[in-house]
Amino acid sequence: MRYQGTKINPTRYDRSQLKFFIILSVLGVFMVLPIIYIISTAFKPMEELFAYPPRFFVRKPTFDNFRKLFEVVQSSGIPLSRYIFNSIMSSLTMVLTSVVISSMAAYILSKKKFRTKNLLFEINTLALMFVPAAVQIPRYLIIEKLGLIDTFAALVLPLLAMPVNVFLIKQFIDQVPNSLIESAYMDGANDFFVLFKIVMPIIMPALVTVAILAFQTSWNTPDPSSYYINDDAKKTFAFFMSAITTRISGNTVQGQGIASAASLILFIPNIVIYIIMQNKVINTMAYSGIK
Amino acid sequence: MQSRNIDKRFSDFAAPIMLAPYGVLFIVFIAVPVLIAIILSFTYFNTVKSPELVGLDNYVAILTQDEVFLKYVLPNTIKFSIMVGPVGYILQFLLAWALAQIPKTARTIFALIFYSPSMTSGVAMAVIWKVIFSGDQFGYINNLLLSMNLIEKPIQWLQSPEYLMNIMIIVTLWGSMGIGFLAMLGGILNIDPELYEAAYIDGVKNRFQEIIYITIPSVKPQMMFGAVMAIVNTFSTGAIGVQLTDSNPTPQYSGQLMLNHIEDYGFLRYDMGYAAALSTLLLLLIYCFSKLANKLFASKD
Repeated sequence: MRYQGTKINPTRYDRSQLKFFIILSVLGVFMVLPIIYIISTAFKPMEELFAYPPRFFVRKPTFDNFRKLFEVVQSSGIPLSRYIFNSIMSSLTMVLTSVVISSMAAYILSKKKFRTKNLLFEINTLALMFVPAAVQIPRYLIIEKLGLIDTFAALVLPLLAMPVNVFLIKQFIDQVPNSLIESAYMDGANDFFVLFKIVMPIIMPALVTVAILAFQTSWNTPDPSSYYINDDAKKTFAFFMSAITTRISGNTVQGQGIASAASLILFIPNIVIYIIMQNKVINTMAYSGIK
Repeated sequence: MQSRNIDKRFSDFAAPIMLAPYGVLFIVFIAVPVLIAIILSFTYFNTVKSPELVGLDNYVAILTQDEVFLKYVLPNTIKFSIMVGPVGYILQFLLAWALAQIPKTARTIFALIFYSPSMTSGVAMAVIWKVIFSGDQFGYINNLLLSMNLIEKPIQWLQSPEYLMNIMIIVTLWGSMGIGFLAMLGGILNIDPELYEAAYIDGVKNRFQEIIYITIPSVKPQMMFGAVMAIVNTFSTGAIGVQLTDSNPTPQYSGQLMLNHIEDYGFLRYDMGYAAALSTLLLLLIYCFSKLANKLFASKD
């Protein structure tokens, strides 16, 4: 039997890996318990939420909390489906637009030659450190000046420029051989054709990763709704979620079932998309290095 | 692989068109806000009257008169940043490394478990943590400690200054295994196995030496990316204290971080100039940390 222990990425189980399994399992339990708790609580009936001593796992699962969630929203005059529709629309717009504009910018920064190219890429790398929350106030002033308050655009535009997306895509386009692009030029293709028909299919894993990041950014954040939108009918589910958790916080035990149901609805799309795409994501991240 | 750039003659008109959408959005929503924050930081601006130039007054006030900032916000931010930043980062690297040592199926499952907390949104999770650390006997931690007879009466976890900060650190660490962690994992998995074999022939004797001489040098670029992500994560998750306690300021300022202080002045007191000065200091702090990380991980070529 060949010794596998010192090898990274082993092909099969070996007893020398046992210590890693133990450490990872202990930490894994700590990491996963809160997630299991949300799922369990979301399905708890009222008497189990009030049970003393508190029980971690649900005994008789019901959809009561989900129903109450719909009722709470209904009573405010706007159906839950409206918030979810707004979230889906803004997230989809965000994903599609962000992938296209990031790819175009990354393609130019990777394959074209001009004087300010390196400077522009460095500015983008510097902007990886950008913390939107730190400049909330100036951003608000800009949105207001542009007349975007209470528009659908305010949900998407401020989030669209994601330096990390351009960064990741550029690292991938760098790997695409120039000869391929040159031969396309010879056949009379223009840059749009080259990018959309030749480069983008090759860098699919990177595009998938970037799409996931864009989706999470848009789907999870309540910020645009809470800062730039006054009209309740135009707000997103993430905002509604944060509003409901603040509203019920005075009554934690009763509200926790509803809040858990809402967090579950918010969380599920994220995890489903990641599970489907996880192989591509980890492969892409291997090229994320900053040199 | 450093590639030769493609001949300039071909359809250069496309370059500005393709760069423009991202460029414009970048300028409008990233560059200009930072610029405005810097300019506003030299003014007094209460959103009603137009900004009034006051020179360095805001900065002087922050560094000499703002007792809350000097006594609570700054020490809190430093403690929080060190625990969540470097400690969290080392944890991410070690976890990624440990994950690379086990077979693929098990690794996929563990990676999902470690990554999924970072996909939950902060507000949603605050509700869950509030129940777990609830101050009455219904709280899980209190219930557990009571039933084991370790404490006699429930502890007010979230309202006690001595616990709040530590809870904030645990909660933030829990959700910190994000794309930086995945980057390091991807990087470690991508190392050429022959490097390890060669290293053992050259006299590397154990795992520790293996990490120092092979793993870290090979994944330096990914570690740099991970470090930037860790720094950003550290400074942008400041809202957690307010979410856990439902109050800004947090009890006796025990969980007050830079971002809460900015919100306190910006959105509660409407002193935008002062808030902008705090924002500028925060961005400067992030920049300094990233430069430091760059020094540590810069590839020597």
